[in-house]
Amino acid sequence: MSAPSSQALAIAAEVRAGSRSARAVAEEALAAVAAREEELHCFNEVTAERALAEAEAVDARVAAGEDPGPLAGVPIALKDNLCTRGVATTCSSRILEGWLPPYDATVVQRVRAAGAVVVGKTNLDEFAMGSSTENSAFGPTRNPWDTSRVPGGSSGGSAAAVAAGLVPLALGSDTGGSIRQPASLCGVVGMKPTYGLVSRYGLVAFASSLDQIGPFACTVADAASLLEVIAGHDKMDSTSLPAPAPTIVGGLSAGVGGLRVGVISDFLPDASPRTQAALRRAAESLAAAGAEVAEVALPELMNGLAAYYLIAPAEASSNLSRYDGVRYGLRVDAPGVEEMNARTRAAGFGPEVKRRIMLGTYVLSAGYYDAYYSQAQRVRTLVSRAFSAAYERFDVLLAPTAPSVAFAFGEKTADPLQMYLSDLYTIPSNLAGHPAVSVPYALGEEELPVGVQVLGPALSEATLFRAAAALEEAADPAARGPVAVGAR
Amino acid sequence: MAEHLGREEVTHIASLARLALSEEELVTFAEQLSAVLDHVDALRELDIADLPPMHHPLPLQNVLRPDEVGPSLDRDEVLAAAPAAERGRFRVPRILAEEP
Amino acid sequence: MNSDWELVVGLEVHCELQTLTKLFCSCPNAFGDEPNTNICPVCLGLPGSLPVLNARAVEYAMCIGLALGCRVVPSIFHRKNYFYPDMPKDYQVSQYDIPINIDGRIELPDGSVVGIVRAHIEEDTGKSTHVGGGGRIHGADYSLVDYNRAGVPLVEIVSAPDLRSSEGARAYVSELRSILVATGASDGRMEEGSLRVDANVSVRPAGTEAFGTRCEVKNLNSLRSLGLAIEHEAERQIALITSGGRVKQETRHWNEAEQMTHSLRSKEDADDYRYFPEPDLVPLVPTTGEIEALRAALPLLPAARRARLRERLPGADADQVVTVVNLALDDLVVAAIDGGADGRLALARAANEAAAHPDKARALPAASFAELIGLEHSGQLGATQAKAVLAELLESGGSPTEVVERLGIVSLGADALDGEVDAVIAENPAEWARYQEGDLKVAQFLLGQVMRRTKGQANGKLVAEAFEARKAR
Repeated sequence: MSAPSSQALAIAAEVRAGSRSARAVAEEALAAVAAREEELHCFNEVTAERALAEAEAVDARVAAGEDPGPLAGVPIALKDNLCTRGVATTCSSRILEGWLPPYDATVVQRVRAAGAVVVGKTNLDEFAMGSSTENSAFGPTRNPWDTSRVPGGSSGGSAAAVAAGLVPLALGSDTGGSIRQPASLCGVVGMKPTYGLVSRYGLVAFASSLDQIGPFACTVADAASLLEVIAGHDKMDSTSLPAPAPTIVGGLSAGVGGLRVGVISDFLPDASPRTQAALRRAAESLAAAGAEVAEVALPELMNGLAAYYLIAPAEASSNLSRYDGVRYGLRVDAPGVEEMNARTRAAGFGPEVKRRIMLGTYVLSAGYYDAYYSQAQRVRTLVSRAFSAAYERFDVLLAPTAPSVAFAFGEKTADPLQMYLSDLYTIPSNLAGHPAVSVPYALGEEELPVGVQVLGPALSEATLFRAAAALEEAADPAARGPVAVGAR
Repeated sequence: MAEHLGREEVTHIASLARLALSEEELVTFAEQLSAVLDHVDALRELDIADLPPMHHPLPLQNVLRPDEVGPSLDRDEVLAAAPAAERGRFRVPRILAEEP
Repeated sequence: MNSDWELVVGLEVHCELQTLTKLFCSCPNAFGDEPNTNICPVCLGLPGSLPVLNARAVEYAMCIGLALGCRVVPSIFHRKNYFYPDMPKDYQVSQYDIPINIDGRIELPDGSVVGIVRAHIEEDTGKSTHVGGGGRIHGADYSLVDYNRAGVPLVEIVSAPDLRSSEGARAYVSELRSILVATGASDGRMEEGSLRVDANVSVRPAGTEAFGTRCEVKNLNSLRSLGLAIEHEAERQIALITSGGRVKQETRHWNEAEQMTHSLRSKEDADDYRYFPEPDLVPLVPTTGEIEALRAALPLLPAARRARLRERLPGADADQVVTVVNLALDDLVVAAIDGGADGRLALARAANEAAAHPDKARALPAASFAELIGLEHSGQLGATQAKAVLAELLESGGSPTEVVERLGIVSLGADALDGEVDAVIAENPAEWARYQEGDLKVAQFLLGQVMRRTKGQANGKLVAEAFEARKAR
């Protein structure tokens, strides 16, 4: 068991040194995409020409002796709910099919400024609502480990692209686990930062008080380096923390000596047997590396699922009102504007999106606000305080990321509630606004990857990544990507 | 399992949300939403009335910007994305029905 | 209105703030620009956009609250959700149950007090123009939307239902407008839409306490429309009730051309706005220091200005006081009075003559004005002459003495006056005899003769005194 070599950082080092051209790297990535995209469908759009142009621009900077940035020449994929100027941003929805934003999201500006080369926009569950990418209006993405299975969601495309080795880095968004859960199902590192650490300007909103953008990579170091680039205050986002980007990569190898780790006992019974086993081994490996590991009961967190499925749809129902056929996107004509709105939205939204809009509208409507929405916001406080109490005794918490390994297509689509249960372990962090990272740890059922989740209090990214690095070192290398498609 | 949402209620919500749903969808959604609401009903029993609702996970307040003019978008680029435009404006079908 | 009924009116006034930029983005806050040229991802509500609050808008909002006697308190923003084409996000960011200003009052010129329930911050919508069907919203074929106005900062001022007449409503809006303009937050241009009034109108049998069902009347673009619409709506409701019907709570649209209100909502459904706290914005918590600094920097407001004048001039003509304050000429009058000029005359000249050219009058040096009043009051200038001098002062400046010379106004000195008076007495012995016996009518005649001879340049008061003095002899 040993730490994998970083791909992204290695590429950047070579490009910066001039020993490898960004253009060559980009061509390789595009070739990998071309070879496997038909089977996997990671991308809604591959921006080949732009990628080559961006790569050439990086090479030009290097040649001119200018600093091309910390991620110089590194190919990156962006979830298709991040606004990219002049490049279609669809949120995998018919209602935004072909929509060209006239502006770049802040994170997009930052990754470009860091020299990364955008290879394309990845597939997701429509408007980020889902845990399998089966809700995409443009067809699902397939898990590179077993293409009869889902990659998880909603950032399935990004997770799969990294897991298949098409790109070393990707960005996703996480509202209830949409980065971490697909990371676990695809055997890659996926991380959700502290709420407010990464600007949401340009992220198409799903649930505003829960959404965060975060990195995917095959290694902890690569994920940390991407986070360093995108994090930090942004004046375009009122919910952006005044803090600058944290420095993490340098401290990764500091180890976990003396770190107090709490294993969340409440989550274990619902997890599959091999997930539970993986978690126990992970806890043991941290103890072996010098951490103080104990179990902790946080029963309040079990209320998180219900609270989330009230708050997220409520905010989403409001955030998605703007898709009305008036200013952009799909329009289905009608003689009157109200009817035009209704027909447009009926045609443009898929069933899961409609379901959540309906649920959210109901929850906010007169007579139900206090019983549902308000109550859910109180549960948020409950969860938050439970975490705070735990963090008086522990530095980080450990839990599974997902209840089990990647499931088959269609397995959970019959009953929406079944799908919602995928997010049981990830949701509490979103409710509290806390950071959490999923690290591929072991092979589970059907020899599919199982991730282990480290949770921390607000702004504990450095500690979190340190613990993640220690786990990565102890992890089974067979459980992490990149993996050749249909590996087994 | 209590039937939370009747057809009338679902129709009303669909109207508030500007979603033109088919008969079938109305029935299906009524069932599915009721199931979700059943699940979340457990929340209502929690004795947490004294807890403040948490609208933000952030301790921030007073985030302001100076009153300084910045660049606007190019109108052509914006209208190019519009489903219908006329004379520099977004065109929409008639807004209110004729009064009876 | 029939005295069997009492009218109850509450007004919601939307005031556009005179910031350089919009409430949540740095697009220009400008009126009359080419459509859709002042838009950006934020005010257009494009996917992924986020609001950032304009500091100056918050300042103006607090100034308004303080000027209306409100308490300025910590507040948050809410989303008000409804679909309408001129709303880019199909929700409006506003304030709901925790607004920035609460519990104020304003005093009208007639001394009555109207309560201010709240004055909160919200964003404006875009503007639609209706094509076909005569340009009205009803029966149009389609509409065109301009989002230049979307996101412009507004303060919505909600009055208590304290108004009882259309005149009272007009007086309230007029006073409110003066206050808003005085704070600098607004330019008060109702005709440009920077001040918009919606009226909540209900009626109840005279002498009863319970409120009747109210209707909201919108699209009132002038004080005149406001008055007419309120009266029309009251009549409509009374007629409905007396014929056995019930007033339906609804929003009605005032049609200026037809001089009547129409029901705006075509459905029975009341709007369910599904308010919830805006997750993209954080709370506003002004410090006591900030609030007090703004309070200290407030200019003298209309009610205080009127009081200041009345203080110096007890029993002053109320209309003149109101006019002079409305036109911001009170500083001039106060300075003149404080400099020793006759208050009654200063007020009258300001309200009647200077008021014709308020911009120029505001620029008139107080000393000049005081000097002029002095000349008239002492009798050196007659009323007609004084008005002429004032007009010339406003037009071309200078000092009163200079102007008198420039205009060739002969100030009728005491000797000249005596001469004229003696001449008239000599020419009209019969009338003079009757005057001495106390005939008042002939006194007017004699006075008139002097005025004719001096071509109106004599000071009437002094002439009368001169005749009196000779009578005594």
